[in-house]
Amino acid sequence: MPVTLSLPTILSRLTDGQSTLEADGATVGEVVTQVADRFPRLAPRLKDEHGGPYPFVGFYLNDRDTRFLGGFEAPVTEGDEITVVIAVAGG
Amino acid sequence: MSPVGGIALPPEPPAPELHPTSFQVLPLACANCGAEFDPTPIAVCEHCLGPLEPVYPDGPRPTRDTIARRDHSLWRYREFLPLDGAPELSLDSGFTPLLESPALARRLGIARVWLKNDAVSHPSLSFKDRVVAVALNAAKALGLDTVGCASTGNLANAVAAQSARAGLTAWIFIPHDLEPAKVIGTAVYGPHLVRVRGTYDDVNRLCTQAADRFGWGIVNVNLRSYYGEGSKTVAFEIAEQLGWRLPTAVIAPMAGGSLVTKLRKGFTEFLQAGLVTGDVPRLFGAQAEGCAPIVRLVQKNENAIQPVLPNTIARSLAIGSPADGLFAARAIRETGGWAAAVSDEELTRGIRLLAETSGVFTETAGGVTVAAALALAESGHLKADDELVLCITGNGLKTVDVVGDTIRDLPTIAPRLKELTALVEQTHST
Repeated sequence: MPVTLSLPTILSRLTDGQSTLEADGATVGEVVTQVADRFPRLAPRLKDEHGGPYPFVGFYLNDRDTRFLGGFEAPVTEGDEITVVIAVAGG
Repeated sequence: MSPVGGIALPPEPPAPELHPTSFQVLPLACANCGAEFDPTPIAVCEHCLGPLEPVYPDGPRPTRDTIARRDHSLWRYREFLPLDGAPELSLDSGFTPLLESPALARRLGIARVWLKNDAVSHPSLSFKDRVVAVALNAAKALGLDTVGCASTGNLANAVAAQSARAGLTAWIFIPHDLEPAKVIGTAVYGPHLVRVRGTYDDVNRLCTQAADRFGWGIVNVNLRSYYGEGSKTVAFEIAEQLGWRLPTAVIAPMAGGSLVTKLRKGFTEFLQAGLVTGDVPRLFGAQAEGCAPIVRLVQKNENAIQPVLPNTIARSLAIGSPADGLFAARAIRETGGWAAAVSDEELTRGIRLLAETSGVFTETAGGVTVAAALALAESGHLKADDELVLCITGNGLKTVDVVGDTIRDLPTIAPRLKELTALVEQTHST
């Protein structure tokens, strides 16, 4: 089911300048994998070598931190918005 | 200019100009992959997403005498801060008192205790004045006319006060339920102050997106590489104020974890510059039990932050996903320190203990630090011959509600000596 995935500027340089992408999947991880397959240079910024999320790259599902929703296993539904935020900030 | 009271006022000072500055900020390099970047408002490496840090030029470091002759502000250590040239903004922050507290030392059962008292920091009564002073100069050098922050309160106060003086536009974002004193202590300076329905971590995420969207200089987001360096001045001042020597242990509160990390960097830089000798002090970190992800990292020897939803009255430390948590834990482990978490009740007692033994009124974060010192002494992590510094990072007038019960049983009398005499006799008899 189609959802949108929004990237910060620093990562949209790896997607030909596109900061909002559409992708399909039943979970956050499936959506991320589809986007990563489409943009190979972006892939290692979204997932570590084991396919999991980095601690410093946050994924927010409709503005909720996916680390509290099951991480990459968090289910998504049509129209959901996933936002990627680099977490080296705050404090 | 019209005269006031018969005295002619001096002419209005010119409005601050953003350009040109007589100084620049230093270039940056990735702490992870080493990639180098020209001075710019980014804090993340575009190659590997690692954190960026300023690159300091090789060259002579100042002597003790040179530093001692300079103004009493954090800029007396300017060679260790990320500006190339003399700063122009916030020249009065830093160099807060270092107070010895024999009574607290006796209570802890250790040789000597000092308080690094940033509760009286200029202009906004917390250690955040240091980092903001550096960040606003960086913003000016980078040509930014709008700054901002995500804050649990103290940073909001500092950005609001210092940007008002500098003539910079400020957008400040805070959790919707902060203590009123911190909200008012920000709003009074006239920034764009926005309350966000959510936790600090929600606010921080929104600010990260705002920096990306609007190009503002968010001090603890895209100016973070410069901003964080200001915390090193706590270490520099401790060393100088102790007579150019190092304590054996330092306890600091932890929110994002940056202060502990930068304390280590500051002490290390002074050692490398030959300004002091010995070893980096053992660093100890303190958090509230209701938000203690870094303490967990240290105590369980884990290697990844487990984010938490904060639940504590120590609002200034309520960061559930601390950006510098891993670095703070590493600094604590590698210096031989430890970390402790305390309950809200314990931190409240810590506030009162500090006031009653040392004459310093601190906010909840300071209460956490004092209560953690008690816990660390009890658990044997502090030694009888330790020379300990407690970092008191904020002022108690910002969180008066948590010690409201101190006035619950106050006596009230008529203005008659007879009533006072009775009260004094009653007091002496109890």
